[in-house]
Amino acid sequence: MTNKKKKLVLGVIGADVHAVGNRILDFAFSQAGFEVDNLGVMVSQEEFIDAAIETNADAIIVSSLYGHGELDCRGFRDKCIESGLGNILLYIGGNIVVGKQKFEDVERRFKDMGFDRVFPPGTDPNVGIQWLQADLKVKNDSSTSSC
Amino acid sequence: MKVILLVDFGSTYTKITALDPELNGIIGTAQSYTTVETDIAEGLQAAVSLLEADSGKVEVVQLKACSSAAGGLRMLVSGLVEKLTAEAARQAALGAGAKVLKVYSRQLTEADASEIAAIQPDIFLLTGGTDGGDELNILANAKMLSKLDLKCPILVAGNRSVAPECQKILANNGKEAIVCPNVMPKLGTLNIQPVQEEIRSLFLKRIIEAKGLSHIENLLTGIMMPTPVAVLKGLKLLSQGHGKEAGIGDLMAVDLGGATCDVYSIAKGDPLSINTILKGLPEPFAKRTVEGDIGMRINAHGIAAKDGLERLVEMCGIPSDQLNVMIDQLSENISQLPESEEQKRLDQALASLALETATIRHAGSVEETYTPAGLMYIQEGKDLREVDQMIFIGGTLVRGEGLEAAAEYCKYSSRYPASLRPKQFRTCSDKKYILSAMGLIAEDHPLEALRIMKKEIVYEQ
Ligand code: B12
Repeated sequence: MTNKKKKLVLGVIGADVHAVGNRILDFAFSQAGFEVDNLGVMVSQEEFIDAAIETNADAIIVSSLYGHGELDCRGFRDKCIESGLGNILLYIGGNIVVGKQKFEDVERRFKDMGFDRVFPPGTDPNVGIQWLQADLKVKNDSSTSSC
Repeated sequence: MKVILLVDFGSTYTKITALDPELNGIIGTAQSYTTVETDIAEGLQAAVSLLEADSGKVEVVQLKACSSAAGGLRMLVSGLVEKLTAEAARQAALGAGAKVLKVYSRQLTEADASEIAAIQPDIFLLTGGTDGGDELNILANAKMLSKLDLKCPILVAGNRSVAPECQKILANNGKEAIVCPNVMPKLGTLNIQPVQEEIRSLFLKRIIEAKGLSHIENLLTGIMMPTPVAVLKGLKLLSQGHGKEAGIGDLMAVDLGGATCDVYSIAKGDPLSINTILKGLPEPFAKRTVEGDIGMRINAHGIAAKDGLERLVEMCGIPSDQLNVMIDQLSENISQLPESEEQKRLDQALASLALETATIRHAGSVEETYTPAGLMYIQEGKDLREVDQMIFIGGTLVRGEGLEAAAEYCKYSSRYPASLRPKQFRTCSDKKYILSAMGLIAEDHPLEALRIMKKEIVYEQ
C-alpha cells in the first residue's frame, strides 16, 4: 500500500480557455508517474475541490494563462479548508497576472492566498514535477496516515 | 382467442395489453384499479373482464408484467460529493426505475441515520470515492448504516479498495450487503449499468415477494422489471430502431400521473456550438427523471408551491382562495375527473405547469459567461433543444387540443432561457398505454415491438 501513485487534480481556472499547456502538463505529470485527473479548461474552484475530495488527491495543480488568475483564485485555500481538504498541496503556474510584473511580488501575493508554490510564465513542467516529488515526499513522511 | 398478456401494475391502475401470439398487433387494451390491499390478481382479473367485453373471451398463453405497485421501488442513495458520486448514484437508481426518496452526500449524520431507519427503503445504494480515491467517507457511512435497524439489502458501489471492507462491516451487523462495481470508477466517468442490473435482480428476487402483492405464484414470476425500466426499454427501441427497421430518432417522453411526473429523454444532448463547454457529470443517453412532488391529484399542491399558485390564478382566472379549496379537493380525491368548466380549466393549468417544472428539471441548462475572448457558454446536463418528438404517455387528464396547449409548456421558452428544452416538436401520444408493454417484449421480440409502437404511437394520431 505504500507505493501508491500520488494523485493530482489538474485544470485551467476561471473563464480561461487556453488548452494547449494543460494537455502538455497532463502528459508530463502522467509520464512522471502521477495519477492525473485532468478537468481541462474553464474550471471553477468548486470543481477543483469536488474532484480532489472524491479522488482523495494529494495536490491540486492550477494553471491560469489569460491574466485573471488573481481574481479567479481568491478564497481558494479558504474553500479547501472549509470542504475538509485542509492543507492539500496547491500549485499555480502560467501567465497568472496581466502583463510583466515583478515575479517576487506576484509570488508573494499568491502565497498569501495560500498557494504552496507559484511558478513564473513559461516554467518547464519538469520544474513543477521536481517540486511535487519533493513536497509530496515531505508531506508523506510527516503525516501519519492510518493505513 | 389465444393471447400474450402484458401487464403494468401501476400505483393506481393496472393496465393490460393483449397481443396475438404471432405478435402482429394489439388485440385490445384495458385498465382497472390496482388492488394491492387484497391481491393484485383481482385488479388484473377486472381488467381482463373489461378486455373480454370488447374482444371476446381470451386464453392467456403467456404473461409478462412490470410493476410500480405498492410504492414502486423505493430507494435511498448516498455518495461523497453531491455533484459527483452522489449524483452518479442518483442517476443509477433512477435509471433502474426507482423512486429516489432522498440523496445523501458527505458523512451521514445521526439525524440522517434516524431518517433512513424511519424510511426503511427497499434498497440502499451506498457509494463514495473513485476507485483508489477517498476511503474514509464510505467506510464511515457503512459503519453508520451497520448500526441501524435496516431491513433492506445494501448495495456497495463505491471505491473498490474499501468496498469489501464496507461489506464486512455491514454483514457483521446482520445486514445483507452486496458489492458492485463503482458507479464512478474514475472522476467524471459513470458506470451505472452493473449496479442497475443488481437492482433489477434484487427487485425480482426479493422485493416483489416482500411486498406481498399476490398469492398467485405464476403472476409473481411474470413480473420482469419495475415499470419505468420497461418504459425506458420501449422508448430506447422506438428511438434507435432494430436492425434494418429504423427507429424514429431522438425523442423525449413524459408521463404525468396523479402523484408523480416522469420525464425521459433518449438523446445525447451534447453542446451544439463550439463556444459551449460541458461541465458536470456525463448523463445517460437514455435518461429518466421523476418528480415525486408534482402530480395532478395527490401532489397537486406541489404544482402550486412557490410561485405556482400565482401562475395558476393567472392561467385559469380563478381567485386564489377558491383555487386552494379546489386543489385541496383534488389532492384528497385521487380519482376525481373534472366536471365543471372551472375544474377543466384548473386541470389544464395544473398539467401545463407540472410539465413545465418536470421538463425544466430534466433538461440541461446553460449559463452565459463573459470572458476576455467574448461570450462563452457553460452547459450542464443535456441540450435537448434539437429534439423534435415528444411522446405523452397515458394522459387521461388532458387530451386533444388541451394536450397540444399543455405541450407548449414543455418547450424552450423565453421565460426560462437557460433551460435547454426542445424548441419545436411533434407530439405523439401513447393513448392506449402500450409503451411499458412493448418494453416488456423489447428484448425477445424487438422488431415486432418496434413496429407496433410506430403504428400505435407515432403514426396513428
Ligand atoms: C493560442 C493562444 C490563444 C488561443 C487559445 C486557443 C486554445 N484553445 O488553447 C486563443 C485565441 C483562444 C486565445 C485567447 C486569448 N488570449 Co491568448 N494566447 C495564445 C498564445 C499565443 C499561445 C498559448 C499556448 O498555447 N502556449 C503554448 C503552451 C504550451 O504554453 P502555456 O500555455 O504557457 O503553458 C505552459 C507553461 O505556461 C507551463 N504552465 C502552465 N501552467 C502551469 C502550472 C504549473 C504548476 C507549472 C509548473 C507550469 C505551468 O507549462 C505549460 C506547458 O509547457 C499565448 C502567447 C504565448 N505565446 O504563450 C497567448 C496569451 C496566453 N493570450 C493572452 C490573452 C490576453 C488572451 C485573451 C485574453 C485575449 C486575446 N489576446 O485574444 C484571450 C483569452 C481567452 C480566454 N477566455 O481564455 C495573453 C495573456 C496575457 C497575460 N496573461 O498577461 C498571451 C500571453 C498573449 C500575450 N502576450 O498577450 N489565446
